[in-house]
Amino acid sequence: MSDLTLSVQPRRSLSLHNKKVRGIFYQVLLAGSLLALALGIGIQTTSNMRARGIPLSFGFWNEAAGFDINQTLISYDTLSTYGQAFWVGVVNTLYVSLLAILLATLLGFVVGIARLSQNWIVAKVATSYVEVIRNIPLLLQLLFWYNAVLKPLPAPKSSIEIPGGIYLNNRGLIIPEIQLHPGAGLVDLAFAAAIFFCIVFCFYAKRAQRRTGRQLPVLLVSLATLIGFPLVIFLAAGEPVSFIRPQLHGFNFQGGHQLYPEFAALLIGLSVYTGSYIAEIVRGGVQAVAKGQTEAAYALGFSPGKTLRLVVVPQALRIIIPPLTSQYLNLTKNSSLAVFVGYPDLVQIFAGTVLNQTGAAVQVMAITLAVYLAISIVTSLAMNAFNRHFAIVER
Amino acid sequence: MTDQSLRPPIVNLALMPAMAPPADVRPSPLTWIKRNLFSTPFSGALTICFVLLAVWLLHQVLSFAILNAVWSGGREACRANPEGACWPFIAQKFDYLRYGAYPISERWRVDLTQAIGAILIAWLLWTKAPRRKLAAMLFFVFYPVAAFVLLRGVALLHLPVIDTMLWGGLLITLLMSIVGIVFSLPIGILLALGRRSDLPIVKAVCLTFIEVVRGVPFITVLFMANFMMPLFVPDYLTPDRLLRPLIAIALFSSAYMAEVVRAGLQAIPKGQYEAAKALGISYFDMMRLIVLPQALTIVIPSIVSTFIGLFKDTTLVAIVGIADFLKAVETARVDPSWAGPTISSTGYLFAGLVYWGFCFGMSRYSQSMERQLARGHKS
Amino acid sequence: MRSMLKGLIAVAMACTASSAWSATLDNVKKNGVLTCGTNSATAGFSLPDNEGKWTGFVVDYCRAVAAAVLGDAQKVKFIPLTPKDRFTALQSGEIDILAHNATWTSSRDMSLGILFAGTYFYDGQGFMVRKADNITSAKGLDGASICVTQGTTTELNLADYFRSQSLKYSTVGFADEEAVVKAFEEGRCDVLSADTSTLNASRLRMAKPDDSIVLPELISKEPLGPAVRQGDDQWFNVAKWTLYVMVAAEEFGVTSKNVDAMKSSDNPNIRRLLGVEGSIGKDIGLGDNWPVEVIKQVGNYGEVFDRNVGKDSPLKMERGLNALWNKGGIQYAPPIR
Repeated sequence: MSDLTLSVQPRRSLSLHNKKVRGIFYQVLLAGSLLALALGIGIQTTSNMRARGIPLSFGFWNEAAGFDINQTLISYDTLSTYGQAFWVGVVNTLYVSLLAILLATLLGFVVGIARLSQNWIVAKVATSYVEVIRNIPLLLQLLFWYNAVLKPLPAPKSSIEIPGGIYLNNRGLIIPEIQLHPGAGLVDLAFAAAIFFCIVFCFYAKRAQRRTGRQLPVLLVSLATLIGFPLVIFLAAGEPVSFIRPQLHGFNFQGGHQLYPEFAALLIGLSVYTGSYIAEIVRGGVQAVAKGQTEAAYALGFSPGKTLRLVVVPQALRIIIPPLTSQYLNLTKNSSLAVFVGYPDLVQIFAGTVLNQTGAAVQVMAITLAVYLAISIVTSLAMNAFNRHFAIVER
Repeated sequence: MTDQSLRPPIVNLALMPAMAPPADVRPSPLTWIKRNLFSTPFSGALTICFVLLAVWLLHQVLSFAILNAVWSGGREACRANPEGACWPFIAQKFDYLRYGAYPISERWRVDLTQAIGAILIAWLLWTKAPRRKLAAMLFFVFYPVAAFVLLRGVALLHLPVIDTMLWGGLLITLLMSIVGIVFSLPIGILLALGRRSDLPIVKAVCLTFIEVVRGVPFITVLFMANFMMPLFVPDYLTPDRLLRPLIAIALFSSAYMAEVVRAGLQAIPKGQYEAAKALGISYFDMMRLIVLPQALTIVIPSIVSTFIGLFKDTTLVAIVGIADFLKAVETARVDPSWAGPTISSTGYLFAGLVYWGFCFGMSRYSQSMERQLARGHKS
Repeated sequence: MRSMLKGLIAVAMACTASSAWSATLDNVKKNGVLTCGTNSATAGFSLPDNEGKWTGFVVDYCRAVAAAVLGDAQKVKFIPLTPKDRFTALQSGEIDILAHNATWTSSRDMSLGILFAGTYFYDGQGFMVRKADNITSAKGLDGASICVTQGTTTELNLADYFRSQSLKYSTVGFADEEAVVKAFEEGRCDVLSADTSTLNASRLRMAKPDDSIVLPELISKEPLGPAVRQGDDQWFNVAKWTLYVMVAAEEFGVTSKNVDAMKSSDNPNIRRLLGVEGSIGKDIGLGDNWPVEVIKQVGNYGEVFDRNVGKDSPLKMERGLNALWNKGGIQYAPPIR
């Protein structure tokens, strides 16, 4: 019977020689074995955890943590819960990552463009920076910044004093704390007003340029307003701000804000390392913009700076953004190396101390991985949207 | 309109005076300096700043590493000199940094393994060498077996078994990177092909693997592999503690490799696929003979930078207590008998030089390959 | 399809269930090696030399367990663990026994899925400061930066102590004990806080050990002991009684040197201890000779103490609380009968 159908309609047969059937067969096989693997792991894990009395629930979340964290952006003390410790970790990770992304981008753009400079020595120095930094492991760089640069700074008693009440020692950089007095609100208002004025002026300048072809000094005027107006109000209100200068008291400085060396090492290390990658991306992007574009801009009388800013970089951005996104994500993931320099990030606090104290290893690791995955997915989505926006500009 | 006729013609009626021939096609050093260093006042200012910066940096490094360094003597000499590197420290720790705690009497086995590896790699990488296919076979088939026998030992051959807990230093770093490099490319290619597959489940599985792996920090994966694995799988399926990070690093970089290969695959014109299909070539032959050779050639620089990334990532295994080269440097650095003002900097400088040497070598080789292949296309 | 799924589940169950729970003792015997989690580098307690040979107090405890189970004190594989990772490694089955400077606490016994099998070292948490700071009491530590190891009771005790004394402080924590000591030495913090035994051991890792002093206050009780996984009573007994045999041996004057001669002793306690009489081996699943192997190859509690941390070691610690119960301490083995 089957032989007959085979001979009549060989292409529709259900044999493994049929490509479609084969495809389905392999896929079912793959899905099945993966499912079996997942099931096996699930069963094994839960049965192991049960047999060994390891907590299977997330009940630890609301228990008191009982340990201290030295750098927190959100309120936390020893009476806080493990859940709050988790959030401290997340915020600390995001904080150092965002700051490092900012610095790395700045550094990367400057170095990337410097590598293309007409000036031989500038290009060479930029190239050396990239070639040295990219070829040394980040962990080594972090350890170097922390152990060989920041830790050997003098002890608090012999701090390096920087004018303005700033102190640098092996406990970090301590800067005065700003204290606001009544009237400080006026300065804020003045600042808001200045921003509003700048936006209006920007629009006006654009219109004016379209109408008359003359360019107004937007940057200069904006800067002057943004700094000048609040300053005038500040003086007029009788300087409603005072600084609490840090005082050496006992072991350490009291008062003032402290930038810890652990944080600084991580921030510097991440920025310098990722900056070198961003520099290469920027260089590649700029070089990919057709030379005719630059030449046309010069022919139209654009200055080199304006050519770069108005012609080359906007086009290069389109090429730059996708790899830039993955560098940002790499940086965020690399911030987990905080454990090596003692900065309390998500991995150090949550996947470290909290995991150790609660014993809920599986749950804690699952949450930690989920946070990083979520950051990765959100960033990818945001950058894709940004990318689409830029892609549409191309007609 | 009428005015126009009154104007003189644009054409120059008088003969132009003859110009001197160009003195030299190549600019004189002075012109070069003027053109490349002082073309504008701003450029000139930059030049001065950067020359000062470069000179200062070079001076710092050179005076630390060479001029003020301690070259002979012992701990006392190093402690007395807070200005320069302490090279006797490296000399004394050199064996530890290379082999870790590998038994001294058996260290020749590491040397031999590394020498064979170096010869085979050189043979493979030197494009003009004869019989490279033999080298490839030796490297991918014979060498892993030989390395295993030599490094771990087989009691039958009178090579005592050396527990992997004793392995350390540069040995671990090189082992991890070579295994990672050898395995990440093929796995990465498979993942990339899977991701571009028409089969929806295959595609989804590959995509999920790639994105999840690329989304999580490597140290968390290492932690799970080395401290939690027996919780997930039965005892007899948990590999050696050194093998697990090896597998982790290979899988981890294969996800990155997959994205690199995918970029290459996307760059191959559709006509290539269609022509192959029209000729009735099977999927695997099409990939093996037509698409992949072209795709991989395009992305050689990215492949090599993934390798470099992998090499640098081997430093992270320190988190699970494996004494790789950097961890060995850290351990040596905190040795109280050598405590001194410049021990840390010396250790890091040395480690930096070693890592930089390997990575820079790789990137230079890929650049030369790229040039060679680019020439090949032109002819 | 449904039957296929069922089949898959069955296969998965079969694969996993077989080893979902296997007795640690049988496993160790089958593998011929004991996997023991120890400190990565604490002088006197657990420290590898350049050739990877481990020595120390907790190392000797591991060797004693190996001698008891396998008859050979050398058949131990040491896995160095940071305090942060140690319980995870034990829970998961990565190691057979945890012999770390780990403090026995109620929450660790009750919620981590592990059990402490006794106390091999009674300790307390102290503070180490630089002599130059002229601090004489922990009350003077207001505003100090304190270096601690992550994942230790130290972290928690500090929080309690400073809160109850209403003093301010800030911690600098690392996973790695070496990094913590180094950070204190290099001046990153003013105070190093840990168990006093660890503080004393840290001194051996310092370039200028005499520049620091340990403050007199002890702010906590720190009974350090070996730990095993829950749910394996037989293995728990092996871990517990190996320790008690060593303590009892000291009490009865049995040492590594005289153990063979002691076998013919008339003292029934000694005869039972050494397995000449009674059934100390059979009931626990080991050979009758196991206590002899432990004492012969590793020594009794006093020998191990003196050799690694006591009077014959560079640490020169007093026995203190760790002296036997009849000599002013609290080390006490339940009767062996």
